[in-house]
Amino acid sequence: MSPSPHDESVQSAERERQAAERLAAERQGVGGALPVIEPGHTYASVTDQVSAIVLSRKTSRGWVLGFALSFTLLMAFLYATCYLFARGIGIWGTTIPVGWAFPIVNFVWWIGIGHAGTLISAVLLLLHQEWRTSINRFAEAMTLFAVSCAGMFPLLHLGRPWVFHWLFPYPNTMDLWPNFRSPLVWDVFAVMTYFTVSTLFWYAGLIPDLATLRDRTRSRLAKIAYGMLALGWRGSAAHWHRYETAYLLMAGLATPLVVSVHSIVGMDFAAGIVPGWHTTIFSPYFVAGAIFSGFAMVMTLAIPLRTVYGLQDFVTMRHLDNMAKVILATGSMMFYGYLSDVFYAYYSGNEYERYVIINRALGQYAWSYWALIACNIITPQVFWFPSMRRSVPVLFVVSLIVNVGMWLERFVIVVISLHRDFLPSSWHMYYPTRWDFTHLLGSFGLFFTLLFLFIRVLPMISIFELRALVHEKEGEG
Amino acid sequence: MTETNHQQASGGREPPVSRESPVSREPPVSREPPVSAAPASPQNSAGKGRFWRSLDELRETPEFLDYLRHEFPSQADELTDPAGRRQFLKLMAASIGLAGATGCLRQPEEKIVPYVRQPEDAVPGNPLMFATAMTLGGYATGVLVESHLGRPTKIEGNPQHPASLGATDAFTQASILSLYDPDRSQTVMKGGRISTWGEFLTALAAELPDIRGGKGRGLTILTETVTSPTLADQLRALLRELPEAKWRQYEPAGRDTVRAGAKRAFGEYVDTIYHFDQADVVLALDADFLACMPGSVRYAREFIDRRRVGRAFQPVGSTGNAGSPHHNQAGNRGETSQAGKPDLRMNRLFAVESTPGLTGAAADHRLALPASQLENFAKLVAAELKVPEANGSTPAMADVPAPWLKALVSDLQEHRGSSLVIAGDGQPAIVHALAHAMNRTLGNVGATVEYVEPVAAEPIDQLASLRELVDGMRQDNVEWLVVLGGNPVYNAPGELEFAKHYEQVRLRVHLSETFDETSFISHWHIPAAHYLEAWGDARAFDGTATVQQPLIAPLYGGRTAHDLLAALAGHPERTPFELIQAYWKTRLGKDDFDRSWRKAVHDGVVPDTRSPAREVSWSFVGGQAEPRDELPAADRLELMFCPDPTVWDGRFANNGWLQELPKPLTKLTWDNAALVSPGTAEKLELANFDVVELSLEGRTVRAPVWIVPGHADHSLTLSLGYGRSRAGRIGDGAGVNAYSLRPARSEWFAGGVELKKTGEKYPLSVTQHHYSMEARELVQVGTLAEFNANPNFLDHGKSHHPEQLTTLYPKYEESENAWGMVIDQTACVGCNACVVACQAENNIPIVGKEQVGIGREMQWLRIDRYYRGPIDAPEAYFQPVACMHCENAPCELVCPVGATVHSHEGLNQMVYNRCVGTRYCSNNCPYKVRRFNFLNYDADLSYDGEQAPVLKLLRNPDVTVRSRGVMEKCTYCVQRINEAKIDAQKQNRPVRDGEVVTACQGACPTQAIVFGNIRDPKSQVARLKDSKQSPLNYSLLAELNTLPRTSYLARLRNPHPDLEGPADDDTPPVEPTEIDRFKREHAFKREHS
Repeated sequence: MSPSPHDESVQSAERERQAAERLAAERQGVGGALPVIEPGHTYASVTDQVSAIVLSRKTSRGWVLGFALSFTLLMAFLYATCYLFARGIGIWGTTIPVGWAFPIVNFVWWIGIGHAGTLISAVLLLLHQEWRTSINRFAEAMTLFAVSCAGMFPLLHLGRPWVFHWLFPYPNTMDLWPNFRSPLVWDVFAVMTYFTVSTLFWYAGLIPDLATLRDRTRSRLAKIAYGMLALGWRGSAAHWHRYETAYLLMAGLATPLVVSVHSIVGMDFAAGIVPGWHTTIFSPYFVAGAIFSGFAMVMTLAIPLRTVYGLQDFVTMRHLDNMAKVILATGSMMFYGYLSDVFYAYYSGNEYERYVIINRALGQYAWSYWALIACNIITPQVFWFPSMRRSVPVLFVVSLIVNVGMWLERFVIVVISLHRDFLPSSWHMYYPTRWDFTHLLGSFGLFFTLLFLFIRVLPMISIFELRALVHEKEGEG
Repeated sequence: MTETNHQQASGGREPPVSRESPVSREPPVSREPPVSAAPASPQNSAGKGRFWRSLDELRETPEFLDYLRHEFPSQADELTDPAGRRQFLKLMAASIGLAGATGCLRQPEEKIVPYVRQPEDAVPGNPLMFATAMTLGGYATGVLVESHLGRPTKIEGNPQHPASLGATDAFTQASILSLYDPDRSQTVMKGGRISTWGEFLTALAAELPDIRGGKGRGLTILTETVTSPTLADQLRALLRELPEAKWRQYEPAGRDTVRAGAKRAFGEYVDTIYHFDQADVVLALDADFLACMPGSVRYAREFIDRRRVGRAFQPVGSTGNAGSPHHNQAGNRGETSQAGKPDLRMNRLFAVESTPGLTGAAADHRLALPASQLENFAKLVAAELKVPEANGSTPAMADVPAPWLKALVSDLQEHRGSSLVIAGDGQPAIVHALAHAMNRTLGNVGATVEYVEPVAAEPIDQLASLRELVDGMRQDNVEWLVVLGGNPVYNAPGELEFAKHYEQVRLRVHLSETFDETSFISHWHIPAAHYLEAWGDARAFDGTATVQQPLIAPLYGGRTAHDLLAALAGHPERTPFELIQAYWKTRLGKDDFDRSWRKAVHDGVVPDTRSPAREVSWSFVGGQAEPRDELPAADRLELMFCPDPTVWDGRFANNGWLQELPKPLTKLTWDNAALVSPGTAEKLELANFDVVELSLEGRTVRAPVWIVPGHADHSLTLSLGYGRSRAGRIGDGAGVNAYSLRPARSEWFAGGVELKKTGEKYPLSVTQHHYSMEARELVQVGTLAEFNANPNFLDHGKSHHPEQLTTLYPKYEESENAWGMVIDQTACVGCNACVVACQAENNIPIVGKEQVGIGREMQWLRIDRYYRGPIDAPEAYFQPVACMHCENAPCELVCPVGATVHSHEGLNQMVYNRCVGTRYCSNNCPYKVRRFNFLNYDADLSYDGEQAPVLKLLRNPDVTVRSRGVMEKCTYCVQRINEAKIDAQKQNRPVRDGEVVTACQGACPTQAIVFGNIRDPKSQVARLKDSKQSPLNYSLLAELNTLPRTSYLARLRNPHPDLEGPADDDTPPVEPTEIDRFKREHAFKREHS
């Protein structure tokens, strides 16, 4: 039987207290490294606790409230989209010269967020980072949902969205191919591939857990549903053998995609001749930024989840600490990127490039540039201090700030570069309209609606991998 | 069709053909709806091997018949009605009978209907050109109108017409839209109710005995300036018959001051014609002769013809002078030619003006003075020139720098007989008289200045005439008032309170194209025919007459002034066509009249009608004729009322093309504004968008402020033509009405205006926010002296040599034609004619004020305006920018669906059907020439598209109408290129140089745009692109290696050597003030978005 929510919260409070004690001990140099799973767990307790969230826990009022809010936003998104299709993209503030604005900013931002999942799952799996286990599942889910959100925007921002399929290379009566020289076509391939592989990888990772749920649920309907999704998983040695191999292979397949997607999104800009876009550093810089924002988003989600659902044992301070380190590291890479922007503008002697930097820092939109510096560069510096890395509120706030900062970064790149390029006669300000904001907020609606559904019907932490972790720890112990 | 003298039409198109008259000899095609177009019903042929679709049909079950009735209702009726065929025949017979009945009536002979018998020349798809003329302020500009199967779609200049020389201004280009304006008045109105012309004639007939009984006492006819010989003839005949009747005239942007100036100088009315082609030094006294003056299209050409140094250049040692007709003609300073160096000359323009205008922008030296100071300035110059009439009056003017004056005077004196002093229409009579005196002293009369018989039929002091009319109305002396055109209730000076007195007239009749402010308070409103709908005649600035021929039957049964006057004379049956032919029969002679008439109509010019030269006697009257306020005190301002550069005096207020046309210097659209100088704005703490209240003698208006570099201090400009309340859906509510403030004075300015800030803001839409070039070499500028010293003085170090750069991509295939364009920035005066011509040619929509405000204007061609130098006296430069058709086009690379591709002839083509609208091409276009249909502009704007089907007639059938979500841009008028190529192919020859004329090129008064095949080394465009022959040629943003096919000739100025200060780079940039201004602006925008 699973413990009642009341017990759970008492337990979690207790564990929290123990963790704090250990932390204090560690500060005094007594303890060791933080554990990736709190001690005292057995196979059964792990399975119980994670599957209970889905199977036996009552739908809480908070969940209903959160879902309702998200769903409302999603409906707003749908409404705005209907209006968009009826009227045309003129309802946004997009204009000439700022031909790309909020939709592309949102696209790049969501794609960036969609990076952490696969990175955590695949890359850390290949690198044998065991601490990935408790966060990879929902990080992957987050990836899928973020990529879904991201994928909407390039379609919506088309002038004629009903012919979006012309971007695909399909045999057609017009005998026309897309223009393979255009980075937008590469983008289509990159995002589609990423989405497909991420979905498969996530689903493959779910199979043993789906079987667990199938076995444990008492609802006939759920049994059928989970059963079908579990693809007849019985947990035989042969199954496990093939599964492990396949999962590893998929991880190998997914890893280059992590790098490729955002590299190519970076090329969307770098291939253009717009000053502020036309630089070779964009691909690595975008990948670093994506990991940066992806980890920030994982943190933003993990902290409330582990608190509400009492998963402090599995998503431990060790995880948060590691993620904070990743944020600090990638944030520093971003800093390098910004510095190199400035340096190359100066060093190139190109008047347009120089103007872009000056305009970023001193122009009409200077507020966004300095806000971005504050969010992305200055704020993460607190993570140099271990105490900050282990303070849950600090982590949460910093992760939110980093998310905002990364959105601003795309705004700076897209809008500021475009609004003043070569001919001063064409310079023009860009002002978003209420529909721009509706689509931005509405995309959160889509994201959180999916996320709420996910945590309600699927195990948000990989049960079988946790069990493996318990086994290893016991073995060590 | 006439065989006479087919002239080469602009655009290398069909030669203009005069429309045979009367065109129609046939009754209109019956428009009876087909009673049944169904073939014989199945019933009739049942069982005779017919086809059937189902067994039910074969058996004709009730279910099937029911189904059929629902599916094909008309057939079903036939099927179920046993007498269907009979009924059908009955209806047919009836309709034929009705058609016959109408056929029995005599059709008005000049009625134009769609072709019933197709004339030989009318080939569907091949447009015809017809000559006619458009008038503005009474003065005609000859045009050729392109007609597609009876639909006029585009206006070109008439090369044979002296006021056009093949080019037009923006108004003329846009007048085609006014023809199709859906807000035009569509019916006769009596007291606000729909009526008919017949009812009007009946009502008039009831009044005629009274009018005749009193010999016309109490009858007043109010016209605008009349140059139409026939109309004048009619008016005079009517006045002979009714000697007590009055003919009053009022033109809101009239030339009273010009006439009064002539009278003061010569004691009589004469018109002045200027010969800029003979002038080496020009002094313009607030005279915008490049923009708004009768004949300005011609003046612009003649003026610029003496500045085409870049084109006249011949490399040393080269022989032949084919491309430089102006080489020997120009002459300014007597430099001697040194070996190895070119010696080329240009004229020099000194402009003194209050409001920045095109002439000031083109000037080599510009001085900003409040309009009222021009009089003193003219006296000062006249005194320096030792003009006898200026003796004793040498006012000290602190604002006029001594070296400036000295240089001007010495220049004028050195060019006796080849200088020219010209005063503006807004300046008082004394300035005009002084200009005449200066021209006389300088020996310019007979050389650069010519005096001719007045062109206007009845030159009078129109303001006095209007004043008398108002007095008459006030004293109830006016019983009948017939207003022929014009809109005095709106545009009479506010001081006269015309509307109030107008309502006292017992019977008020108003003829106008729209149901406007005057119509609204008239008893009768008669819809006027557009000039493309009716016969008429008019004279150009030099008197040359044109017979205006209609291109289309009046869309809404419009009438002309001729009709109305004929009705007043008791002959309503006389049509304008008869009247005009009758008049010209007396002028052209009865012998062989048919032939000479056809030739005159065909050519668009009646031969030998130029006003005869006049020997004037000098009888100068000094002093001030009209009492005026003292010069403005420091705390009071002076207000300049000038006709608007886009809506003129308000008559174009409902013309969307003109409303959305950025004004040349302010780049304002859809509004006028109180223009102030940066200095005055700073002093009065005004910022852009601030609403101020202007009061003059108790009359007030509220207007937004717009700061204009180069405006005179202590002075405001509020252009006329805005603030209409009954213009239509486009014009209503745009801008503020300057007429309501205007005093009843002949000059266009008034002192003593009080300005009060209201603290409110009003959004204005401008298309160019940034004034400075940011030290980028966008418009390259040099002086004649630099050029003569070293023709290659421009620094082309930045430009790449394309052939040397390696590229991954294969080279384009060589083709027979390679299209390219050169724009001469010395010649471009920024008049906007090209922008409207492009809009008309390419079916470009208007987007409305809000959309312009957020940067979504659609014009394919824009004229960038930059300033250089100090903000209070900057130099202004114009740079027309359309698609550059880059050989390495950045847009083509990034389009994911290949919707923009390169043609083998070098055109960067936009495939609208393929475009999905990612806008990446626009982002990647360094010239930002691409325009995007953010909304369905045709349908969304209540004015346009579906709600106004008449506008569909306006479309150029050779150009696609674009839908929402599609990118578009300049095509180099690919439809015209293809037309020329097809013609050439049919004759099995290459396309000739000059055969393809783009719309912008055709409209350009100064021939600043040259287009052609750069592969042909002998073509004009190839010669201008050859760096050896044309050292001023450069590419915009050449360093990007886009290899644009459009290149520019650097602007050459010809400053006086004594005045050219240090290099301009040292002068403080315009920027800091700009930044502050835009910070304010955007703070405002944010508040309001």
